[in-house]
Amino acid sequence: MNDIVRSLAEIVGEQYVSDQNEEAFFYSRDPGLMPDHKPDCVVLPETTKEVQAIVSLANREKIPVVPMGAGLSLTGLAIPLKGGIVVDMKRMNKIISVNEKSRYALVEGGTSQGALKSYLIRHHPRLRHSLPDAPPAATIAANVMIHGQGRLSQQYGFNSDMINGFEVVLPSGELCPIGSAAMTSEWYSRGAPFPDLSGLFLGWFGSTGIITKLAVKLYPNKKLRDVEIFVIDNEETVPDVVFEITHTELAEDILIFTQPMPAVFKDNHHVSFYITGDTEEELEFKRKMIWRALDPFIKSKDGGFMSIPPGVKGSLTEMPQTSAARIADIKKGGGFEYSGPVVPVEWYPQCARKLSELAKKYNLAYSGMIRIVAGGHCMMYAFAFAFNRADVDMVERTKKALEEVSNFVLELGGMYWKPNVDEQNMAIERMHPNTRNLMKMIKSNLDPNGIMNPGNWEVL
Amino acid sequence: MLPLKFNVNACNSCPTGDCLVKCQYMDVDKDTAREQMIKIYNGEDSFVLHNCVTCYACEEYCRRGNHPFYLIMEQREQKNILTAPRAITNQWINIGEPTGKNRLGQIRERVLSLGFMPELLQMVGGPLFKDVMPSYLFGNDFFCNVVFAHFAKSSVIKERLPVMIDKYRNLGVKEVICLHDECYGAFASLAPAYGIEVPFTPIHYYEYLYERLQTLADEISPLNIKAAYQRPCSARLSGDKQHYVRDIAELIGVDLVHREYQDENALCCGEVMGWLYGYDLKNDLQRRNCDDMVESGARYCIFNCNACQNALSEKVMKLGIKPVHMIDLCRMAIGELPKMEV
Repeated sequence: MNDIVRSLAEIVGEQYVSDQNEEAFFYSRDPGLMPDHKPDCVVLPETTKEVQAIVSLANREKIPVVPMGAGLSLTGLAIPLKGGIVVDMKRMNKIISVNEKSRYALVEGGTSQGALKSYLIRHHPRLRHSLPDAPPAATIAANVMIHGQGRLSQQYGFNSDMINGFEVVLPSGELCPIGSAAMTSEWYSRGAPFPDLSGLFLGWFGSTGIITKLAVKLYPNKKLRDVEIFVIDNEETVPDVVFEITHTELAEDILIFTQPMPAVFKDNHHVSFYITGDTEEELEFKRKMIWRALDPFIKSKDGGFMSIPPGVKGSLTEMPQTSAARIADIKKGGGFEYSGPVVPVEWYPQCARKLSELAKKYNLAYSGMIRIVAGGHCMMYAFAFAFNRADVDMVERTKKALEEVSNFVLELGGMYWKPNVDEQNMAIERMHPNTRNLMKMIKSNLDPNGIMNPGNWEVL
Repeated sequence: MLPLKFNVNACNSCPTGDCLVKCQYMDVDKDTAREQMIKIYNGEDSFVLHNCVTCYACEEYCRRGNHPFYLIMEQREQKNILTAPRAITNQWINIGEPTGKNRLGQIRERVLSLGFMPELLQMVGGPLFKDVMPSYLFGNDFFCNVVFAHFAKSSVIKERLPVMIDKYRNLGVKEVICLHDECYGAFASLAPAYGIEVPFTPIHYYEYLYERLQTLADEISPLNIKAAYQRPCSARLSGDKQHYVRDIAELIGVDLVHREYQDENALCCGEVMGWLYGYDLKNDLQRRNCDDMVESGARYCIFNCNACQNALSEKVMKLGIKPVHMIDLCRMAIGELPKMEV
């Protein structure tokens, strides 16, 4: 490996490669519950050419390559399960350009959510991107790669739906533009009207290539933004409430949460929706339409709006929302993990009942956190548990609860969001054989040596 | 269960039917008012039980010492006529559950009660409260539970109010200065109406402020501002103390503008109406109320209740009116806070 480290140092410079234990320790884990595994070395490229050279070297030597953004998936997607080289993309953090009229930003593969957000605020205040409720250090490319969701997902789909193409380093080391950039220097489409090749990479967790450049769609950044919370005591009613809100086509974002603490949230389901406007009139119009759409529930006493104190409103409207971090540490000890299957909205009742059953069975602090995607076509339902890492028994109970969620989701017919390797294998087992074969064809053709993030999507 | 003291003969012989005739949310004549209240007393159904918006005002309109609103609340619960959505009612039952989460200062015989509103603590540290602080308390054991009148949950009030009063009794306090109308109303109106003994003297904070301001008269610089007063629903339970609004305003040089929706004719902040009846009633109330403030020439809006302030602050600010709590207004007058410019 020493030769490899030396070769890598020749590519990126000595200070940006390491095979030391200190670095290996940090790159062997993420904040979730998956077992750690050390890489052989870590490298931080600065340019696309450096990434190409690293991948070419790894392919030639048949060494695993694990691309990494901020390493925040919580499900171990950037843990080097078979050792090899972790390619930390953080140095590739430039915002290359913003096309204001066509509303997209071209960024490098390691650019963080926070960097783009602050850049847009400073230079293009009328534009925004779909910011996930992750720490600002989370990278845009990694979030797209896992089909993340963000503040605009209710309107426009998964964050991976909100891109205009990308440039990817293939396992061979070749560079391939995907989308309109394959034809021109402009980044206005990720595929249409030609074959959309982005699916060869999105959702593959880096097991088919490394994104080095990405065109992110931007959207109007309205001057005003507000939130309302509709509260329901019966989980069966939640899909109907979501249906009525989405029917108005006026909500920016719809999040649902259910949790037993603090007491104000006990025993209820909270559908929070966000509205935006450039004027008070626009904002009030949207508020009025949605309130009226929910009037039948108020009249039947099945649901109602709760008062949100101004202090709380501030934390609900911040982007990203940090209140999730407070819930995450409710047991102290820094442990938090969730399983977030993507399922139809009408499955909310089953998911809510299962969450409550598991929390009781394993005596765990819990929270159900749900984001509506694409006007209600589906939702991400996060079965979230907070635990104390120093409490071995609590950690074990959390693992068991999450395992049960995995089985429950599979039985239900849901799709795991950012599945860990165990869940990936369960999904592969479950999927239609022809679909599995198609995945095999893609993987074996793109990555015949199996070097890219091995362990993930092991269809071969 | 604790029975409500209600004298139906007072309704039988009522010459005005003011309780419902004056209601701003129902159109009722004198004879109908009397007839409906007697029907309600007799346990019969009435449109009043379905249409009451829980503004509490009939408690004040009745000049015969009866409790029309408490009776309506009782009968709604008896008949399981929900006012608010179940989830909202349960949310408040959970919020107000006494679990011993309290904060006590150095409790003396005279104590300042912040009820369940810890945010008030930042207002009560200066000269105005010097002769009572640091004798204060707040927490969910001291939540007065009057809010359940909005939810027609007299059972919760009757269950929790005596327990809460016992907490005060155990502390040995003799005088409780209530920083919210609801708390004062719990002790001065609801408890007597249900025959619950109150082993201390409740003091409305307006009365306390007025006395303190008189003591601090030399410190007062007249504010010379025009202000509207937002009277909360719970002030209907302490109608005899409302003259202090004018008394205090006069002392500190505040010109209380004359407006349509003031005193007996005050409009609710609309927050509860939104829970109970949705957007249109809430919006109508808030719009009429705010427009009235603007038309009357008010540059400030004085709040008594934090819930009203939360509901209306942003709305009045957008109309160029500065929201200010009564305590902060008094602090401005004695120079403890800088005068807020509009």
